Amino acid sequence: MTSTHRGPGRARRRMHLAAHFPGVNNTTVWSDPRSGSQIDFASFEHLARTAEAGLFDFFFLAEGLRLREHNGRVHDLDVVGRPESITVLNALAAVTDRLGLAATVNATFNEPFELARRLATLDHLSGGRAGWNVVTSSDAFTGENFRRGGYLDRADRYTRAAEFVATARELWDSWPSSDEAPRPFVHQGRQFDIAGRFTVPRSPQGHPVVIQAGDSSDGREFAASSADVIFSRHGTLEGGRAFYTDVKDRLARYGRERDELKIMPGVTVVLGDTAAEAQERAAEIRHQQISPQNALHTLEQVWGVDLSGHDPDGPLPAFDPDPDSALVQGRVRLADPVTAAAKWRALSEEKGLSIRQTVIEATGRQSFIGTPEAVAAELVEFVDSDAADGFILVPHLTPAGLDGFVDRVVPLLQERGAFRTEYSGRTLRSHLGLKAPAGERATEPVSERVEDSVTERVGESVS
Amino acid sequence: MTASTGRGLLHLAAALDLPGAYDPQPYTELVRLAERGALDFVTLGDSFGRPGPDALAVLARLAPVTGRVGLVPTVTTTHTEPFHLQAAVATLDWVSRGRAGWQAEVSQGEHEARLFGRRDAAPPEALWREAADVAEAATRLWDSWEDDAEIRDTSTGRFIDRDKLHYVDFQGATFSVKGPSIVPRSPQGHPVIVVDATDPHARDTAARYADVALVRAAGPAQSAALRTGLRTAAAAHGRDPDTLRVLAALAVDLGEGEYAAEPGHGGGGPRPSPYGPLYRGGPVDLAELIAAWHSSGAADGFHLTPVEPRRDLERLVNGTVPLLQHRGLFRTFYPGSTLREHLGLARPANRYALVGDPS
Repeated sequence: MTSTHRGPGRARRRMHLAAHFPGVNNTTVWSDPRSGSQIDFASFEHLARTAEAGLFDFFFLAEGLRLREHNGRVHDLDVVGRPESITVLNALAAVTDRLGLAATVNATFNEPFELARRLATLDHLSGGRAGWNVVTSSDAFTGENFRRGGYLDRADRYTRAAEFVATARELWDSWPSSDEAPRPFVHQGRQFDIAGRFTVPRSPQGHPVVIQAGDSSDGREFAASSADVIFSRHGTLEGGRAFYTDVKDRLARYGRERDELKIMPGVTVVLGDTAAEAQERAAEIRHQQISPQNALHTLEQVWGVDLSGHDPDGPLPAFDPDPDSALVQGRVRLADPVTAAAKWRALSEEKGLSIRQTVIEATGRQSFIGTPEAVAAELVEFVDSDAADGFILVPHLTPAGLDGFVDRVVPLLQERGAFRTEYSGRTLRSHLGLKAPAGERATEPVSERVEDSVTERVGESVS
Repeated sequence: MTASTGRGLLHLAAALDLPGAYDPQPYTELVRLAERGALDFVTLGDSFGRPGPDALAVLARLAPVTGRVGLVPTVTTTHTEPFHLQAAVATLDWVSRGRAGWQAEVSQGEHEARLFGRRDAAPPEALWREAADVAEAATRLWDSWEDDAEIRDTSTGRFIDRDKLHYVDFQGATFSVKGPSIVPRSPQGHPVIVVDATDPHARDTAARYADVALVRAAGPAQSAALRTGLRTAAAAHGRDPDTLRVLAALAVDLGEGEYAAEPGHGGGGPRPSPYGPLYRGGPVDLAELIAAWHSSGAADGFHLTPVEPRRDLERLVNGTVPLLQHRGLFRTFYPGSTLREHLGLARPANRYALVGDPS
């Protein structure tokens, strides 16, 4: 743990912070009495305003295009039901001023012209704060809700996604500036064969910020070639460093500099007045997240068979999983359930854990648990040691789950010179210290844009 | 089928279109003006083929800065994914707390088809049949969650009652959708569906699915005939025709130009123009025309497209509306908060909910 304490104003590498809206997933604790609606606009407004009060870079929404199924029926234990992301973000643009607004939108079940237009519109309506988290989907299960339908091989998914992003950028670039007439575009590729005129003038950011989430080699390569931010899952210091080095090393292949892609792991934070209190609170949250029913469901996701006869407080099944099971739909199943099950069994035997305790132990994501001082120090250490450029916080409560972090941790990060004390620019690109897209003729004053990026770069080079 | 009207208050809507505007500010000024005039709703047109922002996005951006006025974007059905479309419209209903509508439109021509590269241009009959399929799929998806599906039952660990979520299993000629929606049923149950029924190809879709049909008519007799025809067709589809509002659509130029209305004649009447029937005159004469058409049963209300948006909407709200209010023909405040309430339309029952379920 670093003990370096630099005063305010001292240059040090500044971290980036983003907030994930804790909508639909099994992280969100809905049984807590403080848990509010995951669908009312007031919840989104609360979380976005909190993130902006904390000077966060952006606010981030996930996506789901078909309700998850378990054993042939809609999964009913976790939070389910969400609004459509870009529409919510447009509404949030009215109640925030600086906060970046990023939507997860699938490149498999959308078309470049329409999505490029929607993102450019969001960028205009928010004054340059739009972000797009590109994801892909391969499964026919989700495809049953779409005209496009069908199935894409894993490799084809990324081929389509990469061509999708490139095509969107061609459309955005076809309008050289907001004052000039657009050039007609023609794109003839393997995935898309389209032509015409893009109908939204160049938006304040030129290109909305592109975010990518994914850990496979294909995903890392795609991020290195195309993304501005990568949403990673590597929250440990060692894992984070290895991932950071690997991804940053790939950038040169595409003629990109190391600071052109920001690495931001998704993490959870649990605070307490003492370390012990924080640990106790974290354990309580894990128990709320993994109810007895959820523990069995999660186990069934690994084993691939109905385990409803098992006692969640009893031992793990003695038999091996069914590797070909289609019990779970709409969620990625482990590539190798037999190995995973063996690991879980070993863990359970070693520590004498029940099914529920094993699931709690085995499925936890990286958490920063402790007093505000300890958490702030740990976050700084991650950034100082090249394990991350910043963090995407995943609160477990809607909509007040960020309140404590913003009230208690952000000021400490600011005191250490590790986080901004005010927004210096207006666009998401400027918050992230990203260069303007090549060929851009900016619609906001060029001087402001240049100053922002210079400030960020100086801050980084001195640290 | 009787076509008499003039009994209820009339409905007023205005187009918000501002060619070349991508910034929210000018739209904000206009929508606040429309809300000050207690208008039922504003529309914003859209098409992939001509410059302009995504209309649904603009109205979502305006939702938090308004409180009562209905928000009706055009969303086309030809090149979009019906699943995305219904989710976005339902979300507009959530972010506006029950003020969303959807004006269904089709994309004609090779020029728009080339922007997508997925299908060739098709004739309007086929496009409107598909638009009807999209409306059918959308309304089923809007019902795919029963209102009380979210239970948060800590004793069983269940967040939802999955028996209250439904697969819609829609099979159309050009697409199919499994469902359920990702979006819980929205405040209005179904956002309000608007269809411009001037084009005969659109009329059957309007009669089956529209809550509000727009008709561009040059005179009250033509408007009345279109209204009667739509109500008859709605009844033939098994609907109560009183659940369909027919609004006469007029472009209005309130700059008191050369075709100023003759006093006392309910205006000089609209003239043909590239935007459809165009009324030119002063705000007082427009009030006269609206009152006369309404009392003769020509329409349940009016959808007005200002030719000069800032000037004409301001004259409409400050001139025409107070006169209609003074005559007791138009509301002076919003008694309800949802667009359906403004239109006097009930919240639709959910087709999947068991009627008379004793539990």
